[in-house]
Amino acid sequence: MHFHPDRGFAHRSASEITPRAAYAERRDLLKLIGTGVAGAALAGWAQRVALAQAARPGTQAALPSVKSSVAGAIVMDKPTRLGDITGYNNFYEFGTDKADPARNAHTLKTRPWTVAVEGEVKKPRAYDIDELLRLSPQEERIYRLRCVEGWSMVVPWTGYSLSELIKRVEPTGNAKFVEFVTLADTKQMPGVASRVLDWPYVEGLRMDEAMNPLALLSFGLYGELLTNQNGAPVRLVVPWKYGFKSGKSIVRIRFVEKQPATSWEKAAPNEYGFYSNVNPGVDHPRWSQATERRIGEDGLFAKRRPTLLFNGYEAQVGQMYAGMDLKKFY
Amino acid sequence: MKQLLLRPAAKLVLFTACLLPFAWLFYGAWADQLGPNPAETLIRGSGGWVLRFLCLTLAVTPLRQLSGWHALARFRRMLGLFTFFYAALHFLSYAWLDMGFDPLAILRDIPKRPFALVGFAAFLLMLPLAATSFNRAIKALGAARWRALHRLVYAIALLGVLHFFWMRSAKHNYAEVAVYAVIVALLLGWRVGKAWIGARHDARQLRAPDGLDAVAHGCEDADRRRQA
Repeated sequence: MHFHPDRGFAHRSASEITPRAAYAERRDLLKLIGTGVAGAALAGWAQRVALAQAARPGTQAALPSVKSSVAGAIVMDKPTRLGDITGYNNFYEFGTDKADPARNAHTLKTRPWTVAVEGEVKKPRAYDIDELLRLSPQEERIYRLRCVEGWSMVVPWTGYSLSELIKRVEPTGNAKFVEFVTLADTKQMPGVASRVLDWPYVEGLRMDEAMNPLALLSFGLYGELLTNQNGAPVRLVVPWKYGFKSGKSIVRIRFVEKQPATSWEKAAPNEYGFYSNVNPGVDHPRWSQATERRIGEDGLFAKRRPTLLFNGYEAQVGQMYAGMDLKKFY
Repeated sequence: MKQLLLRPAAKLVLFTACLLPFAWLFYGAWADQLGPNPAETLIRGSGGWVLRFLCLTLAVTPLRQLSGWHALARFRRMLGLFTFFYAALHFLSYAWLDMGFDPLAILRDIPKRPFALVGFAAFLLMLPLAATSFNRAIKALGAARWRALHRLVYAIALLGVLHFFWMRSAKHNYAEVAVYAVIVALLLGWRVGKAWIGARHDARQLRAPDGLDAVAHGCEDADRRRQA
């Protein structure tokens, strides 16, 4: 047996996964101890652990979920503080500063909301958000998130594999790519007035990427419904690609034959490619992608940590790019 | 006002005031109050203060000549040196927090980013100015040569604004850039205008020099001439 650095959470077999019953029992036990059955010192410790596992922030409605059985769905890294996830992110429709989304996204109305699923599918239709929420069991997924700007987080999302939705609409043989169109409403989104991008924001995936079980249709964060600034009511999360590939507040999912023209590719084709897989070996033209700063985790003077190929999800997604020149298809 | 500016305590008050942004950044770093990405806050925060101090330094001479408060010139060197201080802090924050003090990484990174290259060039241009800021350096160089050298500050200001403009261009976010650009344009434009008028009126006349040592003589003469 030989040692190799962390390349993501690869389950060799299903038996390695802790069954839900086992960890639920452990949580109950911890809660019990926490109420004071055991000694005071032990109770203090147990309360903390129980809290860490069960506490919801309480700002949004709860979104119960089950643990995911998808390989790589739960990374072992420490999740980033909710305040950092909701207070520091890019969502240009609400302004280009990373504090802008938290400041401005309160104007977004997430009900009623429909997502039109259309294009090269046998069963195109418009899904109401409540219907979409119940389409498949909600799972907890703890993913790394790597921004193209060089910072990263670990986010406990709630959602289900995008493939669950795709299967239900039955793509035709012509469906080679999936295009995601997000909301662009000047009345709700002050940033849309700026010309920084060609609105609406459009992102896309190749069909096999979209069908990869790690590609997540997410509705929640930290066990609750998504906060507006993080892409409520429904967003995409593609953990092995730079964060901008994961469109927020999605209104249309279209199956197409030709590779979609995505917003960032249109804005700066030499800097942002269609694939945009996290890759420490392929630099952005203006900066290195070899390292990253983990928000809220690494101290101010800590060295930046190395970025992992496919953001550490090589075991789960690497085969999709076998034989592809990742420098050419950046 | 003139009397107030001439008081010895005035320099101490200004010195303390100039240190406040540093104290605030230092406290923020120590108390973990710099937000989710403290390194970014430090780098951008110190950079903003370079531009502000640059504008303040460049404002001294126009303000002095417009107001007639020639005692203002006493503060120009301190403001210039604080500009350099915040520029050094800005560069050090980048080199340390972003690059881990790895000289090779820095050498690879700077040419990759045109905006960083421009900022670095501005910082390098500041070095000779900071190094010749004391009285004996002025004497050793001679006032004329010293003044010529210190005109580099105009190039530094333009590079500084370009650095900021380029950095913000990634997000097309030019509101703040425009403020600095207008201020620097006014401050430099005022000098150009003055030089142009001076040259037109009398090419042989001694032009209002910018130098620190010229306060007592040249400028006042020039002002009197203008008023006449």
